Amino acid sequence: MTRSSWPLYEVFVRGKRGLNHVHVGSLHAPDDEMALRNARDLYTRRNEGVSIWVVKAESITASSPDEKDPFFAPSGDKVYRHPTFYAIPEDVPHL
Amino acid sequence: MQSRELDQFEQTVAADHRVEPRDWMPDGYRATLVRQIAQHAHSEIIGMQPEGNWISRAPSLRRKAILLAKVQDEAGHGLYLYAAAETLGADRAELTEKLIAGRQKYSSIFNYPTLTYADVGVIGWLVDGAAICNQVPLCRTSYGPYARAMIRVCKEESFHQRQGYELLMTMMSGTEQQRAMVQESVDRWWWPSLMMFGPPDAESSNTEQSMLWRIKRHTNDELRQRFVDMSVPQAAKLGVTLPDPHLVWNAERGHHDFGEIDWTEFWQVVKGDGPCNAQRVEHRRKAHEDGAWVREAATAYARKKEQAA
Ligand SMILES: [Fe+2]
Ligand SMILES: [Fe+2]
Repeated sequence: MTRSSWPLYEVFVRGKRGLNHVHVGSLHAPDDEMALRNARDLYTRRNEGVSIWVVKAESITASSPDEKDPFFAPSGDKVYRHPTFYAIPEDVPHL
Repeated sequence: MQSRELDQFEQTVAADHRVEPRDWMPDGYRATLVRQIAQHAHSEIIGMQPEGNWISRAPSLRRKAILLAKVQDEAGHGLYLYAAAETLGADRAELTEKLIAGRQKYSSIFNYPTLTYADVGVIGWLVDGAAICNQVPLCRTSYGPYARAMIRVCKEESFHQRQGYELLMTMMSGTEQQRAMVQESVDRWWWPSLMMFGPPDAESSNTEQSMLWRIKRHTNDELRQRFVDMSVPQAAKLGVTLPDPHLVWNAERGHHDFGEIDWTEFWQVVKGDGPCNAQRVEHRRKAHEDGAWVREAATAYARKKEQAA
């Protein structure tokens, strides 16, 4: 018996116009077109989407094997990137 | 001294954060999840059979369409869950093979036959209802992909339960014969539904560790009690009697007391000797093998297109 000979696809759905595509899960399909059709049947049975992206899981490059990795450390100590870092008097309008 | 990885894992779980696929996790945690998620996925897939049996015989086009949509949802639930199991390194085809070989289990409830059309309603009300009780806390389980799959599942389950209850209300407002049919069905499904929560806490070997890992959030007995308490007023409103002479409100506990479950029957069905075990697995095997040519043809077509490109 051939085992999992269909590649794994990751599925992204845009819920409605104006929103980003969001990862919703994965599925197996023989090719891109079938992956799209299967994704429609599996992840949008109740109007959950207006647009679907499917991408072969092997094509995704991920940041690191660990979700809390020093990879993100550089942004940890840069509080001056946030607007709340700056004290502005209450009576300055529109700022 | 324990490893930095284990520290990190325990901190994540203790802080009620989710463990994600590429995080380090203890082997036991991974194995427990694969076993539980696979069993859950198999239950959804096998669970299509008892009701699928009635799609062509449902009494109207409306009821056929509803039942078809419900059974299709269950297929979807199975696939969400297989996808979650795969993020742990399990192989989907291998899981199916294990199910067919009888090496992995599924919920024992699906080993009971659907003898009348009222069973479709009672399954929606009680079986999906019990499943919801089990599944709602799993939306907060510690493993991210499992929790996310359960959120999707739970959203869809409420349609399942409501269509079942509505079907029963319709039958109960029908003829004397239809009312008797509903009661007879409730008599058959009530106890097996209570068994869906698994063995009593004292005999549930995996519960303690699963609760520490926050895979499980409540014990079997807690969830069973919650289900009984929810079902009693629903049964009253429907006008059916739950087949348990010991079922009575206990004001002191703030819960219903209920009779002893026949655990001998439970273990018998779990171990493979239920009314339909052999038939369910055989049907799944046949569907899988009969579908092999479709999978092969699609693969061959994809390969041919790729070569032409
Ligand atoms: Fe389901
Ligand atoms: Fe369901």
